[in-house]
Amino acid sequence: MRTNRRADTLFLLIFAGIFLSAIALAGGLLTEPAGAADFTRKNLPPCLAHPFGTDWMGRDMLARTVAGLSLSIRVGGLTALLSGGIALLLGTVSAACGPRVDALVSWVIDLVLGIPHILLIILVSLACGRGVWGVIAGVALTHWPSLARLVRGEVLQLKQATFLRAVRRLGVSRGRVLRTHLLPHLLPQLFTGLILQFPHAILHEAGVTFLGFGLSPERPAIGVILEESMGYLAAGRWWLALFPGLSLVLVVMLFAVAGERLRLLLAPASAQE
Amino acid sequence: MKHRLKFTIKKLFRMALLLLGVSLTAFLLMDASPLDPLQTNIGQAALGTMSPEQIARLETYWGVDTPAAERYVGWLGGVLRGDFGLSLLYRRPVLEVIGQRLAGSLWLLVCAWILSGALGLALGVAAGASRGRWPDRLVRGGCLTVSSTPAFWLALLLLMVFAVWLKVLPIGLSVPIGGAQATLAERLRHALLPGLTLSITGVAGIALHTREKVIDVLDSDYILFARARGEGHILRRHVLRNVALPAITLQFVSIGELIGGSVLVEQVFSYPGLGQAAVAAGLGGDMPLLLGITVITAAIVFGGNLAADLLYGVIDPRIRRGAARG
Repeated sequence: MRTNRRADTLFLLIFAGIFLSAIALAGGLLTEPAGAADFTRKNLPPCLAHPFGTDWMGRDMLARTVAGLSLSIRVGGLTALLSGGIALLLGTVSAACGPRVDALVSWVIDLVLGIPHILLIILVSLACGRGVWGVIAGVALTHWPSLARLVRGEVLQLKQATFLRAVRRLGVSRGRVLRTHLLPHLLPQLFTGLILQFPHAILHEAGVTFLGFGLSPERPAIGVILEESMGYLAAGRWWLALFPGLSLVLVVMLFAVAGERLRLLLAPASAQE
Repeated sequence: MKHRLKFTIKKLFRMALLLLGVSLTAFLLMDASPLDPLQTNIGQAALGTMSPEQIARLETYWGVDTPAAERYVGWLGGVLRGDFGLSLLYRRPVLEVIGQRLAGSLWLLVCAWILSGALGLALGVAAGASRGRWPDRLVRGGCLTVSSTPAFWLALLLLMVFAVWLKVLPIGLSVPIGGAQATLAERLRHALLPGLTLSITGVAGIALHTREKVIDVLDSDYILFARARGEGHILRRHVLRNVALPAITLQFVSIGELIGGSVLVEQVFSYPGLGQAAVAAGLGGDMPLLLGITVITAAIVFGGNLAADLLYGVIDPRIRRGAARG
């Protein structure tokens, strides 16, 4: 059966949404078994009872991986929302409030882009005294610039559009122009940007927890799990690193594909390809 | 020529201002940290057994008792004289530590930078020119996978395959343990896997962006016209020339990401480079070192952007003339 791209994308998005919320939910329920140590079954390679194997404390790696992914998805979602909010605010302000504000915002964007993301996340997470909130703040504060630039460009272009000039001549208030005319044009762009932002956010979250800046070692985060697995690589326990990492890659890829499809669909030039 | 000079000076001024902003931001963030450097490095138990005078001396050493503004101004004054202060963890001048670490990282970074740039450009052009056919799909699929893969996990995988399974490459460090006088071949063997990881992760972004640009160019009217005239060598004469500018931008913008990636990759391979020093400084509360590393990497990134801006003029005659007129 041949379906068109619109239907495909919709299906993919719904599937991705259900799949990711299922993992996020399951992880919340699984925190108990994920931390349960059982020394009678330690260091088991993958088998039917434990498809991802067990670690040196006999914890089931499948449960830990799902719990870790759940944490990653929740943190990724929250940071994507936060950085999207910052981007929308600064992008619009920059385009709408005159050249001085514009110059200031561009300067701040250049500044944030000048420090490699991971270094800035380390700095912000230190400022928050490490912990989950440090990671969330760090990732949110580093991921807005590219989206803000996008929003700024879009608003600048819209400002010149005939329909907006006409609306303004008709004496419609600023707030109403923003609400009924600007936002509907911006939201699809922003939404796509957010979904495409998600993979970066998750990867950076995993990276910074891997380095040891984020969460306590007991929390099953993917970064923490992989960091622990490093000590057992030379002992040949490959499953400790392979499966958690692979599942992270799959989740990130799902989001990247969904976002890319959505972008193509929303761009009029490529919608019907 | 005069205009180009003015342009450069303006850019340099902006860069200095940005660096000042970076240092202030980094300083404020570190200052806001509730983590006590004494607790982190010496530990509660050891602190309990010390006399108040000893603690006071340590507090002076870690700079806990001086107000923030005074410390920043003092630091800035030192930097202007070329003194970045003392690293608290390594007990040596920050610049010396950074210089030594950067030397270790630098050729890793440069190799990965050149390799990922060249490979990314080639793959991007190949994919864009064969849009929709199998080379395009292959490149796109590969790039998607790579860009969804965390750099440190890729490093772990490579380690597992080459160092643990096949045992052909060493598991970490830049030289064999205890080998102060390592040969070039040994250094190369130790840098191979980290370099490879960094190159692979860098390729994806460059290839995908180049592909977009190539497709844009191929859809343009002048390509249609060139085809209609029956011209050969369209790829070399038209596409490559028009892709050159965005390719340069991408190449120089990727420096920041490359340094970011090296932080993670060096950690996996315990490669004694700048990134590893940054992590150690961050975990150990070594403010002068972390501040120094942040400022120096930012300077490298801004320097890259400036180089790209200047190269535009060299490569594109339109911009050269435009700059002269404006």
